Amino acid sequence: MNKVIKYVFIDIVRNRIVLAYTILLSIISFSVFSLEDTSAKGLLSLLNLILFIVPLVSIIFSTIYIYNSSEFIELLVSQPLMRKNIWLSLFSGLSISLTLAFLIGAGVPIMIYQPNATGCIMVVMGCLLSLIFVAIAMMSAVSTRDKAKGIGAAIFLWLYFAVIFDGLVLFLLFQFEDYPLEKPMMVISALNPIDLSRIIVLLRLDVSALMGYTGAVFKGFFGTQSGFVVSLLVLILWVAAPLAWSVYKFDKKDL
Amino acid sequence: MITIDKISKQFGQLNALDDVSAQCDSGECIALIGPNGSGKTTLIKSILGMVVPDSGTILFNNKSIAHDCSYRANIGYMPQIGRYPDNMTIGQVIDMMKDIRRSHTQIRDEELLEQFDLKSILGKRMSTLSGGTRQKVSAALAFLFNGDVLILDEPTAGLDPVASEILKEKIIKQKQAGKLILITSHILSELDDMVTQIIYMQDGKLRFHKQIEALRTETGEIKLSRAIASVMLQN
Repeated sequence: MNKVIKYVFIDIVRNRIVLAYTILLSIISFSVFSLEDTSAKGLLSLLNLILFIVPLVSIIFSTIYIYNSSEFIELLVSQPLMRKNIWLSLFSGLSISLTLAFLIGAGVPIMIYQPNATGCIMVVMGCLLSLIFVAIAMMSAVSTRDKAKGIGAAIFLWLYFAVIFDGLVLFLLFQFEDYPLEKPMMVISALNPIDLSRIIVLLRLDVSALMGYTGAVFKGFFGTQSGFVVSLLVLILWVAAPLAWSVYKFDKKDL
Repeated sequence: MITIDKISKQFGQLNALDDVSAQCDSGECIALIGPNGSGKTTLIKSILGMVVPDSGTILFNNKSIAHDCSYRANIGYMPQIGRYPDNMTIGQVIDMMKDIRRSHTQIRDEELLEQFDLKSILGKRMSTLSGGTRQKVSAALAFLFNGDVLILDEPTAGLDPVASEILKEKIIKQKQAGKLILITSHILSELDDMVTQIIYMQDGKLRFHKQIEALRTETGEIKLSRAIASVMLQN
């Protein structure tokens, strides 16, 4: 299994997109930090950019990569290798390279300008988001043989998590504004990994005071040690569930 | 060696394989013949575990191949269209395959690598190769690990006459060494001096599985192409 990870990793590194992604992230991070007067403010601006770019690049790159390696996958499947291991190796190769790109591109600047717990949490969130969207990409790539359909599904999923979901939540909030929605909102936020990681990082910044009563309820849960652990577990579940489903599907797929 | 027991496979509306059973023993060179879309490649892919049949079982050395992968260490497979990662060189692909199959190492057979003169172009990228050179790489890889079973899907399609002659000689040599060889081909004339048994497929069904001698005496034709043609006309 490690051998396959090695070849996938080498192949991705040779493909210059991940390098470009690393450079893009580091340009963005350094310029955001040097534009804002305090680095805490810089972190907030960077958070919004990262929550936008990392899922987008992870999901699109991974989906296209898997479709483009269909011949490589076919070659591997006819060898004495378990299908499960082939698929998990692909996941590992993609995750390792994208996480590494994030760590170098965004992790290093964050650690230079904000070498504290909040900075660390943001780096961890970025890595987890990379893993989550690689897993979601593998799910959309395994479900259809049609490349255009698969990439379309990946883009739509990203759009859903990054934009549409928030719209739906706002809609719900306005429809049910007469009811106390603070508690249900916490459950709803668990349904979107991007929102969940945004909340986790936001609550560590001073701006959470601006979020009113909902912010206070959120802080009462996510701000605590156990709340943090629960939300981390939810994010890990967001990696494991799509991945497990895609492994199950790949195991039965005809090539 | 390979026992195929009543396997069926549907792709949407199409019955790619319909209740196919066959017994393939070592030392035989079996030709899979049939019109386009008759299920030959699907049958081969089922044996390799690339296609999972809807029903039926395939036994390799009396062990079911479902949820198993180790049996593939005994198989050398040459696909119809060899597709490899584009930005790897020939050398890297070969090294990778050696690396992946290292734990199953038998004695490696690099004869084809030399005969096809691939060793001099190891540094070429796969994306720059012509179809024929790709086929050579596929063939060299199929024979490289000295498997007990060789599965060759349209092996000589796209090869130049010299290379296809080299490959045919190699196949005959392997047959004499007691290996099981499964070949699909549309060029029946080149099968004449290689094969010992014929499996004829049509519309996903196995029409017959015969010794080539039996087929020859039945149809009264010496040439395989004529024998098959007369069978096809009878149907």
